[in-house]
Amino acid sequence: MALLQISEPGQSLDPHQRRVAVGIDLGTTHSLVASVRHGVAECLPAEDGRVILPSVVRYLDPAQGGSGRQIGFDALAAQVDDPANTISSVKRLMGRRRDQVADVDKLSYAVVDDNGMAVVETVAGRKTPMEVSAEILATLRFRAEDSFNDDLYGAVITVPAYFDDAQRQATKDAAQLAGIHVLRLINEPTAAAIAYGLDNGSEGVYAIYDLGGGTFDISILRLTRGVFEVMATGGDSALGGDDYDQSLAAWVLAHAGLDMPGNASERAGLHREARRVKEALTDADTARFSATVGGQRIERDVARADFEASTRALTDRTMAAVRKVLRDAGITRDEVQGVVMVGGSTRMPVIRRTVGEFFGRDPLVNLNPDEVVALGAAIQANALAGNSRDGDLLLLDVIPLSLGIETMGGLVERIVPRNTPIPAALAQDFTTYQDGQTALSLHVVQGERDLVADCRSLARFTLRGIPPMAAGAARIRVTFTVDADGLLSVTAKEQGSGVEARIDVKPAYGLSDEQIAAMLQDSFATAQQDMQARALVEARVDADRMLVATRSALAADGDLLNPDERAAIDSLMAALQAAVSSEDAAVVEAATDALAKGTEGFAAQRMNRGIQQALAGKKLEEV
Amino acid sequence: MNLQSNDFELFGLSPAFGIDRAAVDARWKDLQREAHPDRFASADAASQRLAMQWSVRINEAYQRLKDPLRRAAYLCELNGAPIEAESNTAMPPDFLMQQMEWREQLDEARDAAELERLADEVAASRRSRVEALRVTADEQRDFPALARQVRALMFIERFARDVELRLDQQGQ
Repeated sequence: MALLQISEPGQSLDPHQRRVAVGIDLGTTHSLVASVRHGVAECLPAEDGRVILPSVVRYLDPAQGGSGRQIGFDALAAQVDDPANTISSVKRLMGRRRDQVADVDKLSYAVVDDNGMAVVETVAGRKTPMEVSAEILATLRFRAEDSFNDDLYGAVITVPAYFDDAQRQATKDAAQLAGIHVLRLINEPTAAAIAYGLDNGSEGVYAIYDLGGGTFDISILRLTRGVFEVMATGGDSALGGDDYDQSLAAWVLAHAGLDMPGNASERAGLHREARRVKEALTDADTARFSATVGGQRIERDVARADFEASTRALTDRTMAAVRKVLRDAGITRDEVQGVVMVGGSTRMPVIRRTVGEFFGRDPLVNLNPDEVVALGAAIQANALAGNSRDGDLLLLDVIPLSLGIETMGGLVERIVPRNTPIPAALAQDFTTYQDGQTALSLHVVQGERDLVADCRSLARFTLRGIPPMAAGAARIRVTFTVDADGLLSVTAKEQGSGVEARIDVKPAYGLSDEQIAAMLQDSFATAQQDMQARALVEARVDADRMLVATRSALAADGDLLNPDERAAIDSLMAALQAAVSSEDAAVVEAATDALAKGTEGFAAQRMNRGIQQALAGKKLEEV
Repeated sequence: MNLQSNDFELFGLSPAFGIDRAAVDARWKDLQREAHPDRFASADAASQRLAMQWSVRINEAYQRLKDPLRRAAYLCELNGAPIEAESNTAMPPDFLMQQMEWREQLDEARDAAELERLADEVAASRRSRVEALRVTADEQRDFPALARQVRALMFIERFARDVELRLDQQGQ
């Protein structure tokens, strides 16, 4: 399979209209940024030519002066010397409480709880996982802006398919902190499928096995005529290559009769050595493990078979998830037409062999497993930014984990089952259980278990102002809405008596807009930009987006409007065009809003026409 | 055609239990090609809101149409014979006997093989009952009878889920 050719020569937009849109793979161990240039997706290199950015941030003692932090390879190099202030694998902390982070005590830095959120204690103060991630994202953003010598229009950021709502929200917050307009969050395996070209010719069912540094995803996709339909997805958000390193290190220690050292620097050194040995065993049959623990020297030859045996439980866990996702998709293993391998950890021969034997076919490995996710995200970003021809690509994704609400006795009432296509809105009616009850507490959870205690708590809120009535008489409709990013909002409304009360919730682990604003003011990668200048730039970008969108809508469906309607829209466009040159962001925003309001009716008519045409069975080319 | 159209209208189908599943899948994709929020990612806020509403509505209809049980329940509702699963739990005695037998088998199942056997039996029973829905809905057009059959199938679905849960636990 070849890379998807996203636009034919001569079909690309005018270069001045081309928007810089990138795909970002924000990984546990490393991150990448990619973009579509001349119809082909490619990873953007740093000045030194390397495309990989280690997802590592080191905070320096502010008393020492200087820039305050190191990001990427510099930080990675400092990890053994300064483990307490060098944050790696921060993805594992995203959207988590401290007690929800697997093996939190084995990390080389201190993690504490702050308002229910895991944060890192550094010499430069407490850092939220979103701030740390934002440093990485901002570095990639600047890399893209330098490459194109232009502002970034927007980005598609990938997340593990198995990420829950809090983890997705945290990722989006991190992007906002880094000053990035998120076009869409998409799932890593889906991105990989896109990159694998799965050009319009390939049809059928594909399995994407994605074993990264810290997460494991398995997705089943069906491809038809450029539509990527996720049939089912599963995995483990706390299982990855890091665990293989830990298992190997533990195995070596056990055979040397030693315990895991308490010293963070020694632990970091051990894991580094374990990773080196693991990587060496990809090609070699044996590799030498050398480390010093508590003054005692460890020298041991590790055979590949030893490594595979010491980590078998981990490999088995991934295969149990594979079987489960096949059941969810309602298909058997021989219906799978191809298996795509993603993530650096799929370089391990044991993984390729195990997966290959299970599906009875050799996995596809012709794209660099480190780059494939970023490349797919770039292709999707290019399409979402409107740079590519209409209709070549459509992603239909699903929600990875069931969403529900706590009912009596600590049980979960499931409202959105896992693998429901998104966007989705599902409602369920609840009632009061006491006479005269005027308020109802709602607890939103995510997970597959029947007991609330076994699920992930996302949010709690209270619906107040229910008119007093007999128990069971109130009808409270709770609606869960999941948008195309997989993010949830919940509303509750009492409708029995015509009295309406509603509330929107944002998951408890997200940042509020005020917090984000405050963090943006802090010493931070994007803070050197003048906030006001940035507001003006953003207002102009929005205005431009609105003008281009309206122009193309008029070109496509202008015939829906009568002359008066057309004249009204034309004059609003002219007004916005004039306002763009203003130096006042508020003036630009007001004119943009006016055009948006003035085109609402037109947008509705266009949507109806599109639906009618789809129904009439017309192909896009005929529309 | 608008957001209030029923599922069958939205998918251009005549309201019947028997559907061409491949055509429903294809229609779903055609509709989402027009309405999905990704098509409007660089459009104005009003279009994005509309896209979200339409896309949600299309997914809702698709989920209901492709699931035989939910499709049958929806037909009952459209034809004035709602399911009312909570308030109406009357079941024929032989059906209840079979349910109790299955429950016992599930409690006593020792290994994955026994569970798989039970799962197969439940699936076979489900298949023949789903086939019966088509006759009741499309040939006899007896919607109160259809509602009764749907209620029985809802029991079976729940039981099938319990079996699967046990299978999942075995796998771990």
